[in-house]
Amino acid sequence: MTDAALPNLAAQAGWLPLAFLFIMGLAILAYVVLDGYDLGVGILLRTAPEEDKDTMVNAIGPFWDANETWLVLGVGILLTAFPLAHGAILTALYLPVALMLAGLILRGVAFDFRVKAQADHKPLWNALFSAGSLLATAAQGYMVGALVCGFRSGWLPTLFSLFIALCLVAAYNLLGAGWLLIKTSGALQQRALAWAQGSLRLTLCGVIAVSAVTPLVSPHVLDRWFAGPNFVLLLPIPVLTGLLVGVIHFYLGHLPEQLRRGDERHAWVPFAATVGIFVLAFLGLAYSLFPYLVVDRLTLWQAASDPEALRVIFAGSVVVLPMILAYTAYMYRVFSGKATPLEYY
Amino acid sequence: MFDTLDPVVLARLQFAANMTFHILFPSVSIALAWFLLFFKLRYRATGDTAWMEAYRFWIKVFALTFALGVVSGVTMSFQFGTNWPGYMEKVGNVAGPLLAYEVLTAFFLEATFLGIMLFGQRRVGDRMHTLATFLVAFGTTLSAFWILALDSWMQTPAGFVMVDGKAHVTDWWAVIFNPSFPYRFSHMLLASALTVCFLIAGLSAYRWQRGERTLAVGHALRSGLILAAVLIPLQIVAGDMHGLNTLHHQPAKLAAMEGLWQTEAGAPAVLFGLPDEASRSNRFEIAIPKLASLYLVHELDGSVRGLADFGDRHPPVAPVFWAFRVMVGVALLMLAAAWCGAWQIHRRGLPGPTLMKLLVPLSFIGWPAVVAGWYVTEIGRQPYLVSGVLTTAEAASSVPAGMIASTLLLYLGLYLGLLVSYVSVLFYLARKAPDKPLAPLASSAPRFLLAGVHHD
Repeated sequence: MTDAALPNLAAQAGWLPLAFLFIMGLAILAYVVLDGYDLGVGILLRTAPEEDKDTMVNAIGPFWDANETWLVLGVGILLTAFPLAHGAILTALYLPVALMLAGLILRGVAFDFRVKAQADHKPLWNALFSAGSLLATAAQGYMVGALVCGFRSGWLPTLFSLFIALCLVAAYNLLGAGWLLIKTSGALQQRALAWAQGSLRLTLCGVIAVSAVTPLVSPHVLDRWFAGPNFVLLLPIPVLTGLLVGVIHFYLGHLPEQLRRGDERHAWVPFAATVGIFVLAFLGLAYSLFPYLVVDRLTLWQAASDPEALRVIFAGSVVVLPMILAYTAYMYRVFSGKATPLEYY
Repeated sequence: MFDTLDPVVLARLQFAANMTFHILFPSVSIALAWFLLFFKLRYRATGDTAWMEAYRFWIKVFALTFALGVVSGVTMSFQFGTNWPGYMEKVGNVAGPLLAYEVLTAFFLEATFLGIMLFGQRRVGDRMHTLATFLVAFGTTLSAFWILALDSWMQTPAGFVMVDGKAHVTDWWAVIFNPSFPYRFSHMLLASALTVCFLIAGLSAYRWQRGERTLAVGHALRSGLILAAVLIPLQIVAGDMHGLNTLHHQPAKLAAMEGLWQTEAGAPAVLFGLPDEASRSNRFEIAIPKLASLYLVHELDGSVRGLADFGDRHPPVAPVFWAFRVMVGVALLMLAAAWCGAWQIHRRGLPGPTLMKLLVPLSFIGWPAVVAGWYVTEIGRQPYLVSGVLTTAEAASSVPAGMIASTLLLYLGLYLGLLVSYVSVLFYLARKAPDKPLAPLASSAPRFLLAGVHHD
């Protein structure tokens, strides 16, 4: 086991990598939640009736490109701030990354082709849109599984990663369905409730599986959770997660009736609670792995670039990131309210 | 089955395939964004709805092009690390910040305001929509700025010192505005503009011939051809200056472009020949004596360094030599077509029927020139990844050949399918019945523009 002691955080070589870990974490979390809902809608498109498909795509249309940019930022920081980890992680995940990219390529272009190509090609592009979303999501889930297992090979880690892939599909479906609850109305909204209902259980299984397996993989992680009073201090994470699952379950029971009456006051709750579950799961995972980028092999300080490069990027990030957040918020405000099938230019 | 192949060659092929596919789309979207802004501003200035119709047709092309550029660009952000780990290790202090600034300042800007540009016409005021169009155009150009600064630095590195085998920046200004950057940046922006000029002229000529003889199609056709006629001589001058810059900073690349094996006073301009690395000479050479010396060093007996001067540290000659000739050939073709077109527009308002027919197959003529130009500059940099600092082989990864080969096939299949779909959908959009005509401009109510018009 390599030395995981904290370096001097007053020195630039100490705190700059930590700052970038924070920014990268933020980017990855933003990506998972934001692209998560539009990938989820993409996967659900497969099961939707023809007349709802345009509305579903319009509900994510203005957002998806910016959502995906968070992935580029996350990977960009991994590449520029932690080049050693970029090499180690992406080489270990070479095939799932390639499959994810193929999926993202297919869905990104199908988005436009489906409304621009000949009408009789539309079902094909719809199918590719859905298949691409599914492939990208499953590949991401597989990568989470592999990361948790510390990139060990063998049939057990592979099986576990495949299971996480399945669970992430369910989790993105839940996010996507939650998003549709906010952005649509009528029959489609009711259908979204059923989709959410169907994905909740498997999402929960995924969270539990990752939480259960992570400590088993490394004594370091086990220690972080169960040494001394740690578990008690960390108890809010599993408790809140359980609470949020309960909230979603409760509202999914009551929303069909409320929405039928035109009462939209709680339509946002399942989405927000799902985002909460993602944030908690992310925090738990981040806590488990810290300070490693590759479990037990590479800490963030070992993988970091020289402070001189980090300093330059940090200066830019401090200025530009708030601007990005501001105009992203502006865009979400512009496109607030229900999506219509007629909105595409 | 692939494990006998050389992983460095495969990694290069894979990266080249992605770059080749990727550059096709930014080379359209950079300039097309500015064209869209121009159409929009013309509409706001004149109230002529034909400009808005042109905007509404070309924004569809833009959306599709942009999506293809984004998805192929995402792929590249992963491949920098997987294919070339040695790159970040050695020059990460330079490349890291430049790449990060591209993401931070350009990618989010263009992606976010693209949403407003494409979907927001009825949700924001017309002024805000025009601003969004501007910000998207600005974002695409800014993105080109950063990535070309990095690429140019790899060609002509400056502003750094090597300490313990790693590059350390001493002067960021010198890094960004390195010797070849101004030339490469202007050359690329002009290339993008010309690519779009011919795309607009070609698709508009196609629509015109199919009977869509509207003001909007006429506006677009004339805008494309006239701008092409103005820009192509500028591009030839920019290209020439870029060449002189290369002669100064990367003489081995220039020798390969010119097919000059020996250093000589009064070097000939090789018009045709088959470069042969084995005999280190050109077979079947047709050359004009002393001409290369004249246009390179401006003296009939000036000395130009040949490939022999560089030992084995020079690029493979044939691909650079041929790519350069393809690029120049396309430029001359563009010059002829654009000037004929401008002359005919000057005489009778539109190109004649013969030129109209010719413009259609020239719709994508910018692409071979752009790709050939990039091959000249990137293959011409070999065997280095960063000139004089890092060779390509040193930077390559240890990913097994089989994995690279199988994903290469995956990407190639995808790209081929998408390329065919893209070109055919563009022509399909051009064939499709136009959208309903717009109501004339209502001076006081910009939101009225598209109200009640159902399109797509």
